[in-house]
Amino acid sequence: MHPAVSVIFFTVASGAGFGMIFLIGLGFPVGGGAGRAFLVSLLGGGLAVAGLLASTFHLGHPERAWRALSQWRSSWLSREGIAAIVTLVLFGIYALVWMLTGNRSQLLGLLIALGAATTVFTTSMIYAQLKTVPQWKSPLTPVVYLSFALGSGWLLASAFGDYQSPELWGILLVALAWAAKWIWWAHAGRARLSDVGSTPETATGLGFIGKVRLLERPHTGENYLTREMVHRIGRKHARKLRLLALVLGGVLPIVILALIALTGAPAPLILVAALSMIIGLLAERWLFFAEAEHAVSLYYGHR
Amino acid sequence: MTSLPTSTEKRLGLVIDLDTCVGCHACAVNCKEWNTSAGASPLADTDAYGADVSGAWLNRIHTFEVTPENAPAQIVHFPKSCLHCDDAPCVTVCPTGASYKRSEDGIVLVDEDLCIGCGLCAWACPYGAREMDPVENVMKKCTLCVDRIYSDTLAEEDRIPACVRTCPSSARHFGDFNDPGSDVSRLVAERGGIDLMPEMETRPVNKYLPPRPKTSQRSAQTAAPAKIDTPKADGFLGWLDAALDKLG
Repeated sequence: MHPAVSVIFFTVASGAGFGMIFLIGLGFPVGGGAGRAFLVSLLGGGLAVAGLLASTFHLGHPERAWRALSQWRSSWLSREGIAAIVTLVLFGIYALVWMLTGNRSQLLGLLIALGAATTVFTTSMIYAQLKTVPQWKSPLTPVVYLSFALGSGWLLASAFGDYQSPELWGILLVALAWAAKWIWWAHAGRARLSDVGSTPETATGLGFIGKVRLLERPHTGENYLTREMVHRIGRKHARKLRLLALVLGGVLPIVILALIALTGAPAPLILVAALSMIIGLLAERWLFFAEAEHAVSLYYGHR
Repeated sequence: MTSLPTSTEKRLGLVIDLDTCVGCHACAVNCKEWNTSAGASPLADTDAYGADVSGAWLNRIHTFEVTPENAPAQIVHFPKSCLHCDDAPCVTVCPTGASYKRSEDGIVLVDEDLCIGCGLCAWACPYGAREMDPVENVMKKCTLCVDRIYSDTLAEEDRIPACVRTCPSSARHFGDFNDPGSDVSRLVAERGGIDLMPEMETRPVNKYLPPRPKTSQRSAQTAAPAKIDTPKADGFLGWLDAALDKLG
């Protein structure tokens, strides 16, 4: 699949943003009065909004994006839009009350946490629902999206909040998220198109005669399908990118957190761990798209 | 509404005969011609006369080589367009309601005014039946020539999809699969029509007729090159003939 920069940025940024919103809703301690409440709310809300705005950049008609809120009965993309907007509106009210009165409504907070988790879940289901991409079609996909959102959200919240020694939880959440991703990678390796029984033979129905091979494409140049779904250039550096994702997204943040815990360095240094994780997640998300095999590729002679 | 109808009154679709298709691309060309001039918006291309030509087409003709275990390979031309699936995954993923399947005849259509161009329907389709229009930035797909088949102004014989109308080898057939007596239903029953990628559980309406078995290889190999019987020449040509013979 074509790794669109707007979608990669969207899923990583809004994941971290909604992760942060989830934790704030659950009452993540943030001291320092209205100023800090504003800063933390702006960061969480801002990341979520920036991600959502970025996602509209890959639309052919961004001005019609509001129409995407209508088909929640059948469409995960529609559900995501609604969940995101409801959560952000509630979070805006929560943040406003918090800044003005210093009071954090527990009920509203719980609703926001539920909304944030739902939003990330619906994002992941846009991919996990697709039979055409067997590597994505797994319950592990929502698990990975949710755990990365929680991990990166925790690091960001810890950098600006006042949770007492957040490092241990941080190490645990980041490690768990990467454990989930490791299992996802193992699953993806066993969920190639051929593993789920889709081959050029089933795609053409000609398997009863013999082995099927593409002799000639329908067109001499590229088209929408080959650019979007038969995209293979992004896989060129897959192994290096996987290592980069793991080191920047998992190993380095854990090392930084451990050092902070051991040396008693100031908590805002966790921001470095958070940034490292987010950069790592951008590489992880690139591979999520670039390595995915789409069924259409069977008609074009490769995976 | 992007929920699928539980059943449709008619199930209009195509039968594509892989035995008789000669791979001439006429169906694709006529499809492009009709749909660029008669649809809601043109079926656009970019750099149409340049080196890097690309564009939206609703029908594509692939050519495959199929190699049996104990026989020479054979070539199969393979036209591919929207299969108007009963369980169309492209419809249910649509966030705006632009994609829908009609309950009266089962045709899957895109309302271009509602389409936001997110491309998710194309991701959901295993067959590559949907292509983004590079100029209009909305999703395009086969309409089964809905503007021809119900036309009051076209001549009776033209009220079939453009691809079917133009096919010179009668490899394409159009009709109602809900009617067991229709041409398409009978062809599928007689020739063992098949679904593409049944494992994707899309329940396509369009069916493909597999190539008929090849005649036996032995009969194809018996013909040895015939000896050419040339008349004896005389004069200069006769001398040259003899001289060249001597040279071996």
